[in-house]
Amino acid sequence: MESQTVDLARWQFALTAGGHFLFVSLTIGLATVLAVLQTRATLRGGQPVHLRMVRYWGRLYVINYAVGIVTGLVMEFQFGMAWSGLGKFAGDVFGSSLALETVLAFFVESTFLALWMLGWGRFNKWVHLGVLWVVTLTAYLSAYWVLVTNGFLSRPTGYAKRADGTLELADTAELLTNPSTLLAFGHILGGSLLTAAVFMAGVSAYHYRKGTADPDGLLRRSLRIGVFAGVPALLVTVAFGGMQFGETEEWQPMKAAVFDDDKAEMAKLQAEMVQRFGPGDYVPPEALTRGAGLLMVLVFVVLIVAALAGVVLASFRRLAVKSRRWHLFLMILVPLPYVAMIAGWVFREAGRQPWIVYGLLRTEDAVSQVSTGRMWLSLIVFVPLFLALVVGHWWVLLRAVREGPREQQPAAVSTEPAPAVTAY
Amino acid sequence: MDTLATTLLGFFFAGYFVLGGADIGLGMLAPYLGRGRDERQHVTSTMAPLFLANEVWLVASVGVFIGAFPELEGDVLSGLLPVFVPLVAGWVVRDAGLWWRVTGGPAAADWLVAGGSWVAAGSWGWVLASLLNDSPTEPTSPGLGALTTLFVLLLFLAHGLAFATLRLTGAPLQRALRLTGRARYPFALTSVVIATLAVLAGARLPLSEHAASDTSLKLLVPVSLVVLPLLAGAHLWLWRLVRRGGGLQPTSLF
Repeated sequence: MESQTVDLARWQFALTAGGHFLFVSLTIGLATVLAVLQTRATLRGGQPVHLRMVRYWGRLYVINYAVGIVTGLVMEFQFGMAWSGLGKFAGDVFGSSLALETVLAFFVESTFLALWMLGWGRFNKWVHLGVLWVVTLTAYLSAYWVLVTNGFLSRPTGYAKRADGTLELADTAELLTNPSTLLAFGHILGGSLLTAAVFMAGVSAYHYRKGTADPDGLLRRSLRIGVFAGVPALLVTVAFGGMQFGETEEWQPMKAAVFDDDKAEMAKLQAEMVQRFGPGDYVPPEALTRGAGLLMVLVFVVLIVAALAGVVLASFRRLAVKSRRWHLFLMILVPLPYVAMIAGWVFREAGRQPWIVYGLLRTEDAVSQVSTGRMWLSLIVFVPLFLALVVGHWWVLLRAVREGPREQQPAAVSTEPAPAVTAY
Repeated sequence: MDTLATTLLGFFFAGYFVLGGADIGLGMLAPYLGRGRDERQHVTSTMAPLFLANEVWLVASVGVFIGAFPELEGDVLSGLLPVFVPLVAGWVVRDAGLWWRVTGGPAAADWLVAGGSWVAAGSWGWVLASLLNDSPTEPTSPGLGALTTLFVLLLFLAHGLAFATLRLTGAPLQRALRLTGRARYPFALTSVVIATLAVLAGARLPLSEHAASDTSLKLLVPVSLVVLPLLAGAHLWLWRLVRRGGGLQPTSLF
């Protein structure tokens, strides 16, 4: 395989998966917040402010779905288009989990998301709430199944070797309870909630600075939810992250050595791996791996300080509403969880190199037998497309953010029999 | 077990062509059926509530393909890469257009829907041509490919048109009815044709020789079969909810 084909395929996958991951993290986090908000709105018999909150954040949530979905589609096809060697070698082990992700999670999630969007003012309020919970739980399930695959790549387990050297699934339970999967799952759920919390606080702070009227306290409540949800989200994230750090020493000692910049240990591991796997460079890209790991930790430190300070500030109503500097600070924080998410992902994936399936299959051996020209074609089509998508997406999202919560329930369209309010 | 997996794959794939195909066909016809901003909005909004639920059938097809036939999936997708790239790109553009239109984006997004639909339908033509040809792992020659693609494009248009007569109202509906003439049950007819084509093309794949191991299929197939009635139920619910003309307008959303 020409080395350029490998590089092109890697760039393409990195951009697709990275883009996907960024948007999906806000989606999953907002889904959690929304489900709780709508539960409260339903239980409390529908105070208008609670319903307006669900509508405003629900709108941003729905807008945010777009890029996550379409990059997910491209990713699904890329497994076959660019990385058929991986499917050939280990598809028997992880293919079912990818398949179940589509059938059990994504299929249900998309259908119920449409039901939720259409169900405003039409469904019984408990049915409508149930529909949203289905969307939220299937979003989690989706993340779980994808991480079954990713966890297997990082720490292969539950497989047996066939006579021709490829792998097949031997122990389903072991595959599904891979600690590399479960720890990453907790870490990512925490990170997603954090992304959503910081986003909510930042958007609310933006409206405060802009002087948006807040007669029923929608913005004040949203800001508080964002600030207060940030703390447990951070703690969950760091707890699962810390456990993963501990295990990395055992699962992928080379990654741990690179992170610690322990040259002696790296040399020792390199020699060991040459002996075990034959000649080759077994050190992942050092600057990238260590840099990403450190960046993630650094952002965490900034966020934990900001979150604790935020909790104190938000406890004083006067400060929460009046302090323009703090509002600006909250707005500046919005990109940080994204930075940490992407850095953590680079640390996990780049730190595994040169392996695609750790200790079993090298990345360069997993690329499809496709000419460099064809791989270029794919990259040339998808990269500008993704750029346009991201730009278009932020344009639509920021427009909706700027517009702010709507004053009243929008007038029901003529085709809707009942106005939205009556359902609550 | 591998027979069940094959049936499951065929079911999702045919389901995609019936449901997603209707969406794509309507998207292709949108500039003709909807003249002016309001009418185009009407056409787009009738697709909007269903398109995601329709296209997940393809997502599920590819998922089952990877899960149950991992090696073959890689061979087909990497072999037909030059056709799958425009297919996925057209699909992405179409989705983005629809999504932005629903969530309050500019009217220009309607053109993304139409353009993306044409590219996706054309690419499907080439994929089906290649599958029906001898080799499912290399795009077929231009001559044969172009001919099949033309046929498939016409089929998508007919299917989209039949779908339009079920869903549209007002002037766009009149335009659609002028084209269909007095055909009876057009949607049932085009559904049968398009599903048959999908199954015939899929049947050319050497599926049974490439099934995954039993352990792997035992994880995938029974669970999928159990949830299948639930998936179908949710779809019926959604379809019943969206009556003629009752689309998803940006203003009605939130």
